[in-house]
Amino acid sequence: MILMKSLMGAAAAVALTAGAALAEPALIFDLGGKFDKSFNEAAHNGAQRWADETGGTYREIELQSEAQREQALRRFAEAGANPIITMGFAMADPLSAVAGDYPDTKFVAVDVTWLDAPNIRQIGFAEHEGSYLVGMMAAMASESGTVGFIGGMDIPLIRHFGCGYAQGAKAVNPDVEVVANMTGTTPAAWNDPVKGSELTKAQISQGADVIYAAAGGTGVGVLQTAADEGILSIGVDSNQNHLHPGKVLTSMLKRVDVAVYDAMKAGENLETGVFAMGLAEEGVGVAMDENNAPLVSDEMKGAVDKARQDIIDGNVTVVSYYENDSCPALQF
Amino acid sequence: MEFFVTLVQVLDSTIRLATPLLLACLAGLYSERAGIFDIGLEGKMLMAAFFSAGVAAVTGSVWLGLLAGIAASLLLSGLHGLASITFRGNQLISGVAINFLASGLTVLIAQSWFQQGGRTPSLFGEGRFEPIEFPFAEALSGVPILGPIYAELISGHSILVYVAFLMVPATWWILYRTRFGLRLRAVGENPAAVDTAGVSVVGLRFAAVAICGILCGIAGAYLATALQAGFVKEMTAGRGFIALAALIFAKWRPWHAMWACLLFGLLQAIALRFQNIDLGGVVIPVQVMDALPYILTVVILAGFVGKAIPPRAGGEPYVKER
Repeated sequence: MILMKSLMGAAAAVALTAGAALAEPALIFDLGGKFDKSFNEAAHNGAQRWADETGGTYREIELQSEAQREQALRRFAEAGANPIITMGFAMADPLSAVAGDYPDTKFVAVDVTWLDAPNIRQIGFAEHEGSYLVGMMAAMASESGTVGFIGGMDIPLIRHFGCGYAQGAKAVNPDVEVVANMTGTTPAAWNDPVKGSELTKAQISQGADVIYAAAGGTGVGVLQTAADEGILSIGVDSNQNHLHPGKVLTSMLKRVDVAVYDAMKAGENLETGVFAMGLAEEGVGVAMDENNAPLVSDEMKGAVDKARQDIIDGNVTVVSYYENDSCPALQF
Repeated sequence: MEFFVTLVQVLDSTIRLATPLLLACLAGLYSERAGIFDIGLEGKMLMAAFFSAGVAAVTGSVWLGLLAGIAASLLLSGLHGLASITFRGNQLISGVAINFLASGLTVLIAQSWFQQGGRTPSLFGEGRFEPIEFPFAEALSGVPILGPIYAELISGHSILVYVAFLMVPATWWILYRTRFGLRLRAVGENPAAVDTAGVSVVGLRFAAVAICGILCGIAGAYLATALQAGFVKEMTAGRGFIALAALIFAKWRPWHAMWACLLFGLLQAIALRFQNIDLGGVVIPVQVMDALPYILTVVILAGFVGKAIPPRAGGEPYVKER
């Protein structure tokens, strides 16, 4: 019996040390899926870069439904994963429920900034600043004086994108007309390219000749239809310029990959708290490469560079939609 | 005049949005008229969307893509028939299973074929259905009223749109003017009588389910290769269920099905064109327009506007008397 006990103890000790040695990071993708060519794919790229550089391994799960959020968090926490990186605003509630139960585990929340827990690193991107820059480019590239915005699901985050975009467009041309549409109000709005196409056609018929899509998989339909109809589009999150070379004006980059890479690199010694990733931190930006080089004039480039510096220096303030849940430049 | 231009554009959008609904709705109509409930329309469309885009991307021929889409949809139909006709299983459960199967399989196969995260590469050239321009469309577009209607509304859609709308009179004729149609309807109302007359109930039901598969295949191919240029996961986005709602709304009749689908398409087109509609002080939010198809269906089902009576033998597997 005593032998048995000591054996069990030894086994437990082995299990514990094994757990400590194997504290690999975990990554929870949002409903859009790992390869959405956008937000989640950026996270995947960041994690992959970390894995390639360090030879480390990480666990991952692609959520299939709302109900899995808390379950996935607890699974990874129980399995000893550290840190656990979550994607998307919808993880806020499950995180606030779970984080307190695992004080020794560090969590990372991308797109969440309002939780009150000591062991969460919360990363908010200044999407309005990046959107402001692409809004400027849209207004400069537009010949009709009308630019479009197509959002995915109607949530504050997407309005935040649209609001920055409208402000940027109006900064270049105060008379510019901004047509804004949301695809829907359910998560299906992230994966409905057919609706994205129809919205694009509707906006074109209202005069828009540059359209910014912040809509996940729906954006694939927007970019496609814009290319078919011979107008310009603007991609989002990842660099989407290559999808239709010469037809995509630029992409608003949201460097989720950098955020995920940094978190995995820091490992268990991760700093927690609320972090903002703006233009100054290179957390957001505009994509310039050989695919859109013919579309971007020197004048455009100069204006964007100047505006970026002005925003970083504080000479220009881009109003955030979150400040008072309304936008000075756009009515939703 | 500006109002008229907008109207034509909204109606044009209506036709594009109503076409997949109409094809799926007619598919459901054949199946349900024969007594086989089919809530797997969504799954069959999704499967067909993937295989049509996938094969079109690989071979570069949209027609081979269409055939592959129809074949994939037929395979799922066969599965549904096997489960619910041959083995007399529950038709609803089989339909749900097909939806899940399609949702998972499409992404899985797409990932293994193309490694683009459950998508197909973008189609171009011969890999897509291009719009068909009718003769004189360009010349006549200057004619007031009739010109834009001919040039924008009637001309300039892909061939599958015309197929879908021709299927409506064809379906009416098959169901109400042919021997096959009479027997098909009878097998949904009273299969025992059909059996007594010496006609195979199982054979008729399989035929109906097969027609359903073909139409769902065309609907899926239309989504992926005509409206879009490739497959994106879950791209049917609930259209199979709206088609079912339209079927109930139309009380299982072909011409009514067309009007129901056009109505639902119109509601979507209006919701997409105008975010919020201002009716003299009262603002109708876009969400109301999105929900309206379902609300209308519930109203019909509740019996406020006429009565929706499904085929009497619907949902019942047929067991021969011994």
